[in-house]
Amino acid sequence: MPKMNGGQIIIESLKKENVDVVFGYPGGAVINLYDALYSSDIKHYLGRHEQGVVHAADGYARSSGKVGVCIATSGPGGTNLVTGLANAHMDSVPIVAFTGQVPSSLIGKDAFQEADITGISLPITKHNFLVTDVKELAKTIKEAFFIARTGRPGPVLIDLAKDVTQAEMEFEYPDKVDLPGYNPTFEGHKLQINKAAKKINEAKKPLLYVGGGAVISGADKEVRELVDKAKIPITTTLMGLGIYPENKELALEMLGMHGTQYANLATTEADLLIAVGARFDDRVTGKLDEFASGADIIQIDIDPAEIGKNVSVDIPIVGDVKRVIKELLPYIEEKEMGEWQKYVIDLKKRYPLKYEDDGSETIKPQYIMEEIDKYTKGDATIVTEVGQHQMWAAQYHKYQKPRQFITSGGLGTMGYGLPAAVGAQVGQPDEKVVLIAGDGSIQMNIQELGTAAAYNIPIKVIIFNNNYLGMVRQWQEFFFEKRYASTKIPAPDFVKMADSYGIWGRSIDKKSDLDKALKEAMEHDGPAVLDIHIPQEENVYPMVPAGAGLKDMIEGEK
Amino acid sequence: MTHILSVSVLNKPGVLTRIAGLFSRRNFNIESLNVGRTENPEISRMTIVVNGDEKTLEQVQKQLHKLINVLKIKELDQTQIVERDLILIRVKCTRQQRSEIIQIADTFRAQIVDVAPDSLMIEATGTEDKLEALTELLRDFGIAEFVRTGIVALSRGQVIER
Repeated sequence: MPKMNGGQIIIESLKKENVDVVFGYPGGAVINLYDALYSSDIKHYLGRHEQGVVHAADGYARSSGKVGVCIATSGPGGTNLVTGLANAHMDSVPIVAFTGQVPSSLIGKDAFQEADITGISLPITKHNFLVTDVKELAKTIKEAFFIARTGRPGPVLIDLAKDVTQAEMEFEYPDKVDLPGYNPTFEGHKLQINKAAKKINEAKKPLLYVGGGAVISGADKEVRELVDKAKIPITTTLMGLGIYPENKELALEMLGMHGTQYANLATTEADLLIAVGARFDDRVTGKLDEFASGADIIQIDIDPAEIGKNVSVDIPIVGDVKRVIKELLPYIEEKEMGEWQKYVIDLKKRYPLKYEDDGSETIKPQYIMEEIDKYTKGDATIVTEVGQHQMWAAQYHKYQKPRQFITSGGLGTMGYGLPAAVGAQVGQPDEKVVLIAGDGSIQMNIQELGTAAAYNIPIKVIIFNNNYLGMVRQWQEFFFEKRYASTKIPAPDFVKMADSYGIWGRSIDKKSDLDKALKEAMEHDGPAVLDIHIPQEENVYPMVPAGAGLKDMIEGEK
Repeated sequence: MTHILSVSVLNKPGVLTRIAGLFSRRNFNIESLNVGRTENPEISRMTIVVNGDEKTLEQVQKQLHKLINVLKIKELDQTQIVERDLILIRVKCTRQQRSEIIQIADTFRAQIVDVAPDSLMIEATGTEDKLEALTELLRDFGIAEFVRTGIVALSRGQVIER
């Protein structure tokens, strides 16, 4: 067998893992790997910052369901990945990140561009490795991909001492992994499944509370069957949007801090809560003792540590969500719409999402979301940054299918959206990818317009421009007597900025211009930036103040 | 409530950091932590003494399980184990006090491991209670310094049913 160097071994290993796309940024410590990439078929997308590169890998993973791969050099290259790794860790996104490291003889000597990235990334990765011997390289890559994509997925980092990528040996990719300490549970416990079925059949006021775990597991078909068979109303977390079509009768959309009133009221009144791949985050539950306080709780999750972490669970089932629901379904009795279902549907009529429309030329952000939904026939992949626009995007667009909404949920990373949209488009070249951004968030990684331009990645960037860091401003309005400390943020001229990258751009501030501008942006062959000026002090309603119970919502304007 | 966990881990670089880091970032309290080799050179055993209620203990165990290099976690039933802690104490003593201190050490089946003109060093093993009693008795003479290993523990063999 011919010998190859570590860089080539990595390329061959990536091929074995069916990787055809990587996102990266070169540097001295990974120069051998880049040399091997140069003559390979793997498509490399050069980002403009390592944070962009890791978020792009994240967006790619979320849109395609595959493992995202990114590369960065040692020292600052690695430390620039940190936010992206933490982001992926919080939202359980499978990523394998390669970082360069100084040669093994120099490790620990404060060498040029040295940083202890395995130490730094330890609490924000599912696992990480430092490879100092080329003999360990192929085996480590195999393990990294296995860990990243199985069980509860997550980011895995492989730090590569420079001499490892130079050293030569014969390439042999192992068939199996040997990880005695890693055995995720996929199969649900039979007895627990029977107990859960009995509970569901007996419940008078059941409610499904579905999170990102169901999306990751690919359980949309099973969830739909469960809802339709037993007529269980369903609410989803931010991460679970799209697992069940939101235009259906029993869909209550999102719950929590900025959830719908009907979802939050139904949660408060339910007698059985079936949590599926959801982790009772504080943004969902509000005050814990008041959350679904009248309900028994069934929790299905692949991660045993999520069970009982925040709330006590009556019937826990550890396992892969898709498999567990599939096994559960035959025991579930078919039901007709009853009093509870009618009550919940009535709640939807009584407390719809609403915003004030004074008939002027003002462009309301909620209206933009409705128009985008209409224009794309609810079919586009919506990516967001973090803030008010993210919540409007979650509320005013009706999601139809999983992986259609891509957002930084757990970590709440401003600057995630633009690079993630680039990655999402690469992962699904035939989908329309629309980025909903705030004028604050987009400036955090705006350099990635360069990536979109260089590869002609046709993302549609819609900026909700209010010259404020709107979400914090809203909190200041409600809870700090409108003392807008450091939230006024004059925006640059986004059209000129787009133009400097050779990207189509337009700015509007009149409602009557929206239709045409939206159409132009959407139909433009290539990336487009549409800067839309929205009212400066628009608020996201409803809102449950932090630490309050879900029923204590601020309803907003009449 | 004190719990003793016996944790088998793969001997990989950084495994101690992973476990210590987990405890600090999840806000769990470690009372003592002890690592040593086992009969299998690839595996180390950690004896971790944690403080907390049942719920905390459950989270500690589940979170530990998520670490890839953790093989097995067992909470030890404190009535069915042999637990040992080792202490080295340097106690101040005059020539006149020497024999009295040696007598105390003998009572506790402890060894005198170093003798200096103005101090003695004592090595003792046993349960936490025993070592605390010994320390307490020696305190009157003046303890110059001491170090303890923390608990190591193993389950007893066959339990006789009554």
